Amino acid sequence: MFTVLALVIVTAPGWDDFRKSFLNTHLWWSSFPDIARGFLVNIRVFCISEVLILILALGIAILRSLPGPVFFPIRALAIVYTDVFRGLPTIMVVYILAFGIPALQLTDASWYRSQTYWSIIALTLVYSAYVAEVYRAGIQSVHPSQEAAARSLGLSRWQALRHVVLPQAVRRVVPPLLNDFIGLQKDTALLSIVGPVEAFRQAQIAESANFNFSVYVPASLLFLALTIPLARLTDYLIERDRRRFLASGGV
Amino acid sequence: MAPAVVLEGIQKSFGKLEVLSGIDLEVEEHEVLCLIGASGSGKSTLLRCVNLLEPVDSGRIVIHGEDVTAREVDVNEVRRRIGIVFQAFNLFPHMSVLKNVTLGPRKALRVPRRDAEERATELLTRFGLADKRDEYPDRLSGGQQQRVAIVRALAMEPDIMLLDEVTSALDPALVGEVLSVIRDLAQSGMTMLIATHEMGFARETADRVCFLDQGRILEQGTPDRIFTEPVQPRTQEFLRRIIEAGRM
Repeated sequence: MFTVLALVIVTAPGWDDFRKSFLNTHLWWSSFPDIARGFLVNIRVFCISEVLILILALGIAILRSLPGPVFFPIRALAIVYTDVFRGLPTIMVVYILAFGIPALQLTDASWYRSQTYWSIIALTLVYSAYVAEVYRAGIQSVHPSQEAAARSLGLSRWQALRHVVLPQAVRRVVPPLLNDFIGLQKDTALLSIVGPVEAFRQAQIAESANFNFSVYVPASLLFLALTIPLARLTDYLIERDRRRFLASGGV
Repeated sequence: MAPAVVLEGIQKSFGKLEVLSGIDLEVEEHEVLCLIGASGSGKSTLLRCVNLLEPVDSGRIVIHGEDVTAREVDVNEVRRRIGIVFQAFNLFPHMSVLKNVTLGPRKALRVPRRDAEERATELLTRFGLADKRDEYPDRLSGGQQQRVAIVRALAMEPDIMLLDEVTSALDPALVGEVLSVIRDLAQSGMTMLIATHEMGFARETADRVCFLDQGRILEQGTPDRIFTEPVQPRTQEFLRRIIEAGRM
């Protein structure tokens, strides 16, 4: 199967051109240090937004899980939030925030004019909408009898959530959370469109300097080097949960 | 002295289904009261209403002279004085036995951790669970889990205990160990409302037995009277079925 595919590719009429413009090993090596330096920006953006997402999304999920008619306006706001930020293409949110907000010229501070800063905010807003849904599914998967048991001890609604419901909910959603973070790692490349020189942008620069696409190969490998271990970790955690579930008699 | 619990005209519906249709009941201090009746007769709902896990639609619940159905009542404060044990144990699976037992005292009563753990260890030892202190619930048998659940409720030092069919989910071989714990509690003078299908247990432990039918207390009296000369035809029928099923 792969041999056939490989044969089709190497006998293709454009194979020689393709090899020159994508498989120039010299350029792979020479472009690598700059791109790797750019990739540090991706890692930083990824790490900062991940922490912010975990916090913001949990807040939204909690607000959306508030019971009773009193909290309807708050629930409605949380629903509007998730609908809007799940519905908008990430690239547009990055554009609007990174170019739009500095254009308002509200202050002269350097963070205010930083596209990286606003890109982090944009990624946080978009991914929080997804992650909040993941958290919410986790919260709903904890049987109401658990909350009843906690409340029956005299714990307040918040204490029951904090000590009984959330710890169980979060444990259950770790695999899908990691899944969303794999997506986030890749989407840090969206920073390139608003200016910051991260790995993909750095590769674009190298590409136009050399008129050669080979530079995208090391950039791609860097992304894979980060996402594949995370994917394996996710698999491992899912498998471990499954084994635990079976070991406990499947209850 | 005011009775431990007074229920006046308790009504409760889930949607169109009326589960409790006007319950009047008084439970004296140190009294052990067993609620019997078919599944769906309202026993569990009644217990859940007493500690305010279910809001009543109408009627009053007075605990030690205090109307706890009044609007301004702090429900958390009321629940701290009333322990409840559920049919399905409802232990917290992510916490060790010790954590399960100390959570209430530490968070709801603000007892310092060391004191709470000391007290919990005492209780666990008293109920033969000292060696299970650091286990997680899924490593325990059903009987052990239910005893931990009882200890968890007792750790709050409640004035009243509500037991909701606490042996119904247990393997028959494990029922005895849980019932003997409840007998101990009864002898120590704990005020208890017990919903149960264990007629033999109700007969020997209860001070009074109430037969619930379609959300009403149809008949009540001493265990001897209820079990040997029930007056109401529906009580007679219920008990006959229980005997036919070999449960008494």
